[in-house]
Amino acid sequence: MLYREAGQFKSTYAEDQQIFPIRQDRVAVLALLVVAFVVVPLVANQYWLSAILTPFLIFALAALGLNILTGYAGQLSLGTAAFMAAGAFMAYNFVLRMPWLGIIPSFILAGICAAAVGIVFGLPSLRIKGFYLAVATLACQFFVLWAIQRIGWFTNNSATGVITAQSVEILGYAFDSPERKYLLTLAIVAVLALLAKNLMRSETGRAFMAVRDMDVAASVIGIPMMKTKLLAFAISSFYCGVAGALYAYTYLGTVEPEAFTLDLSFRILFMIIIGGVGSILGSFLGAAFITLLPIFLNVLFGAASHTFGLDISHAIVSNIELMIFGGLIIFFLIVEPHGLARLWQIAKEKLRLWPFPH
Amino acid sequence: MSREQRIGETVLSVENVSLAFGGVKALQDVSFDVREHEVRAIIGPNGAGKSSMLNVINGVYHPQQGTIRLCANGAWKQFHDMDSHEAAAMGIARTFQNIALFKGMTVLDNVMTGRNLKMRASFVEQAIWIGRARREELEHRRAVEEIIDFMEIQHIRKAPVGKLPYGLQKRVELARALAAEPRLLLLDEPMSGMNLEEKQDMCRFVLDVNDHYGTTVVLIEHDMGVVMDISDRVVVLDYGRKIADGTPDEVRANQAVIDAYLGVAH
Amino acid sequence: MLIGGLLAGVMYSLVALGFVLIYKASGVFNFAQGAMVFLAALTFVSLLERGVNFWVALVITLAVMVVLGISIEKVVLRPLVNQPPITLFMATIGLTFVLEGLSQAVWGSQPHGLDLGIADLPMQWLADATGMFISQFDLFASGIAAVLVASLAIFFQYTRIGRALRAVADDHQAALAVGIPLKHIWAIVWSVAGFVALVAGLMWGARNGVQYSLTFIALKALPVLILGGFESIPGAIVGGLIIGASEKLAEVYIGPMVGGGIESWFAYAIALLFLLVRPQGLFGEKIIDRV
Repeated sequence: MLYREAGQFKSTYAEDQQIFPIRQDRVAVLALLVVAFVVVPLVANQYWLSAILTPFLIFALAALGLNILTGYAGQLSLGTAAFMAAGAFMAYNFVLRMPWLGIIPSFILAGICAAAVGIVFGLPSLRIKGFYLAVATLACQFFVLWAIQRIGWFTNNSATGVITAQSVEILGYAFDSPERKYLLTLAIVAVLALLAKNLMRSETGRAFMAVRDMDVAASVIGIPMMKTKLLAFAISSFYCGVAGALYAYTYLGTVEPEAFTLDLSFRILFMIIIGGVGSILGSFLGAAFITLLPIFLNVLFGAASHTFGLDISHAIVSNIELMIFGGLIIFFLIVEPHGLARLWQIAKEKLRLWPFPH
Repeated sequence: MSREQRIGETVLSVENVSLAFGGVKALQDVSFDVREHEVRAIIGPNGAGKSSMLNVINGVYHPQQGTIRLCANGAWKQFHDMDSHEAAAMGIARTFQNIALFKGMTVLDNVMTGRNLKMRASFVEQAIWIGRARREELEHRRAVEEIIDFMEIQHIRKAPVGKLPYGLQKRVELARALAAEPRLLLLDEPMSGMNLEEKQDMCRFVLDVNDHYGTTVVLIEHDMGVVMDISDRVVVLDYGRKIADGTPDEVRANQAVIDAYLGVAH
Repeated sequence: MLIGGLLAGVMYSLVALGFVLIYKASGVFNFAQGAMVFLAALTFVSLLERGVNFWVALVITLAVMVVLGISIEKVVLRPLVNQPPITLFMATIGLTFVLEGLSQAVWGSQPHGLDLGIADLPMQWLADATGMFISQFDLFASGIAAVLVASLAIFFQYTRIGRALRAVADDHQAALAVGIPLKHIWAIVWSVAGFVALVAGLMWGARNGVQYSLTFIALKALPVLILGGFESIPGAIVGGLIIGASEKLAEVYIGPMVGGGIESWFAYAIALLFLLVRPQGLFGEKIIDRV
């Protein structure tokens, strides 16, 4: 009953086009933003900020990127981590060699470099589809990692292949504490998420979905295949590239190419499967779920060990975690292929009537 | 003004088109023309090559021989190698036998995709949602809503297309084709799988499109009643060849057509 | 060296065979095949280390794989019967994680050595006679692969079950309509694939040790399948040989020019080329999209 739309009429198309047409939604999102920007930094401790919230935002951004490519445009990609790596290492190089640029422009340029890589490895999508394309993206994943490791320029000829991200400074204001890193990440992710939402609501988003659903028909009604597919790869890789740069600068600090393996690509794929393909909200839900699950499991097993006096080794917990991830993927694919985002929508539908029975 | 008076000059000319898939000859030396504002039917038994013919006209298949000539703004353009994306740019829109809607999107979004060729804003503008992108989106929304009204599908505009019954999906597909404001509309069995009432509705829509928007219509149809009622001229294909071409009455009386397709009333 | 590459390729083919089987019979690309290889090898080795007799361990592991096959069919495949192949593929990715976690949770995660009694040493008499260094082990592996391929090929071509499997791979619905018991068929197929996984696991485990990295063999098998065609048993062999050989040759000849380590992606580069030029592989069937 709290959630009813009754009385909220839209009298112009502009009103109908809003991202949050229902007033309750708008209020909720505003509240959420206030909490995220203002309350959290004041209240949360260091651990939560640096080990949970910041990586959650970063992965959400990467998941958003992958969702644009795989969820909206239907091009399955297993090379997400490679695009993130491209962003991370290019950001490093921009900051290193052109320090006058500033960190935000460096991030943007890094994203553009990642987008370029995305376009190159997206070219096969013009001829191959579905999971053959996934194989092509695997080629990208392996090749990019190899290139970063072997071509010294990327790591500034570091002997170990490891780089250290420089400190983040914007106009003299240093972002060195967990709170500041969190806020910077939050700001960047929030802006990019808004841009993505706008984009997916407009013609570009529709073109992507058309290509996903039936590309022959899309071509027949005039949607240009090549331009659309490559744009999807470019935008998606841009987002992943920026996520990678953030990963290096506001989370990892010390970056090695091994941080961007196929495993990470799978992780992000899992995030969008569980969270909901083709949904911006889903990217966030999935990222939250996968970031929080290991912590939840650790707490659970910790409590179980205490209450039952069992000694459950760390190794076993992490293996069980693997099994749960895999199991959840299968579960969601069978039960709710549109993931948590759809479950959330269903919950909202039910909220309309609650507390009345029908 | 009656329909016969409104029919103009030739706007599409199919000349000696032959199409083969490997060893299978789908079309053999087919020629016919289509005049502006008319409703042209293509009929024939299954496998006669009717869908292939439409596919050739709108660039999905490329014929091994022959050309398609299209009159655009008084000038003739000739192709045998046009691709479907170019065809759309030239004002040809179509519907498919097995509905080719985008199942993951709503009705409104599906019809809006029909406007894609008219949208000019770049993706950056769309992402920021200012100025041109915003205006365009609202403008085209207005145009699309008119078409939705016309096709009487307002009540389902936000429904995901995959969940709609077959008849409504066909209507949505037609709406999407109309959204492009085409000069030439190709309809592949728009009434298949429909009951009598739905067929009547669809006929009405096709005729309204032809009257109201002046769109030239080429349609494939099996229901002879429909064909006789709404078409101005008919082409008959059999085994990839044209066996008759003329008004519905002429074609109905043609012996070759009766033998191949219509049969005789007992 | 070419021979070395070819023989390494045979090892790839062994793994690829498992994929082909499942794809041939159920149209599913089983990404979890690598994890199955790992599970089989790990189970076998762990049993051996606990003092179980070689042949008994083999039988037990085989039984485990069969049970696994049947449960996978029941829990994962049946609910997803009419979903698009991409969904099934993603489900097998999930399955991979489940199996990896399971194997290590049950048997622990240390690497194990596996000794099959055949040394990985060059055969002296051949070296003396022709100057070629071919390891006994590689030869043995090729022999096993040859036997496997021959028996599988006969199975598919000439037996009733084989025919039924091919029907199922073509069209689930149609196969159901003619009365082929889908569930039994799939259980059979996955079990056979499990057996192939076991053989591959033993071979690879003996050569490289049984450890977590075994699961990544699946990734190497993908280019093999693209080259050979997903549904072709001879294709898996030929593809494996070509990939094995070219990888080695590329590493030796092109490698030094670009800093080495090309092996990680060269196979994929070849696969990519094939995808663009001849996506159905050397032996596969062309897929035509109807509008």
